[in-house]
Amino acid sequence: MTNNIISKLEQMGCRVGQSLAERFTRDSPRFGSELDIIKFICKEFWVGTFKKQVDNLRTNHLGVYVILDSRFKLLTHMSAGEQYLESAPKYLAFTCGLVRGALASFGINSVVTAEVSTMPSCKFQISIPKT
Amino acid sequence: MKKSILSMISSGSRSINDPRELYLGLLYPTEDYKVYGYVTNTKVKFVIVVESSNTQLRDSEIRTMFKTLHNAYVSVMCNPFHVPGDNITSRSFEKVVSQMMVQD
Repeated sequence: MTNNIISKLEQMGCRVGQSLAERFTRDSPRFGSELDIIKFICKEFWVGTFKKQVDNLRTNHLGVYVILDSRFKLLTHMSAGEQYLESAPKYLAFTCGLVRGALASFGINSVVTAEVSTMPSCKFQISIPKT
Repeated sequence: MKKSILSMISSGSRSINDPRELYLGLLYPTEDYKVYGYVTNTKVKFVIVVESSNTQLRDSEIRTMFKTLHNAYVSVMCNPFHVPGDNITSRSFEKVVSQMMVQD
């Protein structure tokens, strides 16, 4: 049941992400590389949706990118303790979908997962399978 | 046609334009028509075909036309009832397009 809800939220996010990607890139110059696109997600896209940039971006240069947001907007309204750690993934599914949808509309197929270890901060891992 | 657009993107052979610009400029002139191209970041391609005899449309006007078209397209995509990949049935989009065509 919970899984159903999460995948539904993820799908909704995906559709919204496609629209947002279309809107946010309206005036931006053409992207040269995959990294350009990821940087766009970290900057313009994040600012447009969460009013802040991401705090850290790491990559292994093999198609895996990790985005760290140390004060993630959708989690800041929850208690910072351990109390809601379990239900946090429900709040991240939509955002995972957003990122996946945006990347999809730039022509990149990806898998996006999220992870919370301490409360307002969270990590998104984007893996882009190499063809 | 598609091939020529794609090769233009990859080669970046447009001397006048910035290679990172969405507007590709004149793709190729045939005897009767001039073909202009525009590719968005989301890989959507717009093509405008103008009769060669029509000299009052300059590059800057074509550019504005593409911009208007792009804006209209963005509005269509942001409509939650539109399914990406389906035919565009939006009336407002159609209006924008037909307004552009009757202009001259």
